[in-house]
Amino acid sequence: MKGWPLYEVFIRPRNGVAHRHVGSLHAPDPEMALELARDLYCRRGEGTSIWVVPASAITASRPEDKDAFFEPLEKEYRHPSHYNIPPDVKNM
Amino acid sequence: METREVLFEYVLRLGDNALILGQRLCELLGWAPELEEEMALANIALDYIGQARMFLSYAGEIEGKGRDEDQLAYTRDVLDFRCALMVQQPNGDFAHTMARLFLMSAFNEQLYGWLVRSKDQRLAEIAEKALKEVRYHVRHSGEWVIRLGDGTEESHRRMQRAIEDLWLYTGELFTPDEVDQAMAAEGIGPDLAALKPAWQQKVEAVLREATLERPADGWMPTGGKDGRMHSEHLGHILSELQFLQRAYPGLRW
Repeated sequence: MKGWPLYEVFIRPRNGVAHRHVGSLHAPDPEMALELARDLYCRRGEGTSIWVVPASAITASRPEDKDAFFEPLEKEYRHPSHYNIPPDVKNM
Repeated sequence: METREVLFEYVLRLGDNALILGQRLCELLGWAPELEEEMALANIALDYIGQARMFLSYAGEIEGKGRDEDQLAYTRDVLDFRCALMVQQPNGDFAHTMARLFLMSAFNEQLYGWLVRSKDQRLAEIAEKALKEVRYHVRHSGEWVIRLGDGTEESHRRMQRAIEDLWLYTGELFTPDEVDQAMAAEGIGPDLAALKPAWQQKVEAVLREATLERPADGWMPTGGKDGRMHSEHLGHILSELQFLQRAYPGLRW
């Protein structure tokens, strides 16, 4: 049983919001990963939807790309921070 | 027996089946093959312990002698237990653990599925809550039966063996005795024989997908649910389950 592949787990806490990464687990296959995610991450009723993704399918940025990718730009106009968000909009 | 006594006996059976299966699964804490599966088994074990609490509390109320769920679970002797032979069976290898969980949960799915319409309001409410849990148990254990059956040569051999070993104890589940018959007549419990086709269909579908052979129905032992002839395992289960309350009566957290 050694060497089950790694899966990343994403859960949508409630309708209308995006899935959020909650952690990872090892499982023999995707279907079982879904069940084990239910047992590991949804025991207390969190969530309305689960995604499991093989960790090997994720392409990630590298720490050395930091400058090129993430250097803060002096372009404040790209941020929507000057808009007033109506009170009824709970997630933006 | 009066109706009240019969009902007590019947609810005790439901509680004891859940309690002993839950206790068996609890024995695996620290021993499951993978951390993730250990969590899954612990969750399922707790589901069953939770069901046991609801049934045994109710049984204590029916009895009316002031015994609560803890007293029923921790201070009854082995001959006073009313659990099916199936749940008493040892965990064995992982294939046995999963095969037992699958065969029993598939039975509970049918049983609780009927009980939600029981004329006994309280049983109907407990069954409704428990049914949701049991559907997941059937699914999880069924997926393992399929994976091990349709896995490697070794896992196939072990799962086939587990199904054959445990098949022997499926007969008792569907063999009504006078308690079952009395409850069926009152509309409180099901006609057990009538639950069998749906159980069989589910079990056979999983076995087929798992490339496993369905064992033949031969002679099958009874004596667990009526306490007439328990397996030799039950006393050992209780010695662990009851140790603390026996050694330190009334001890609390």
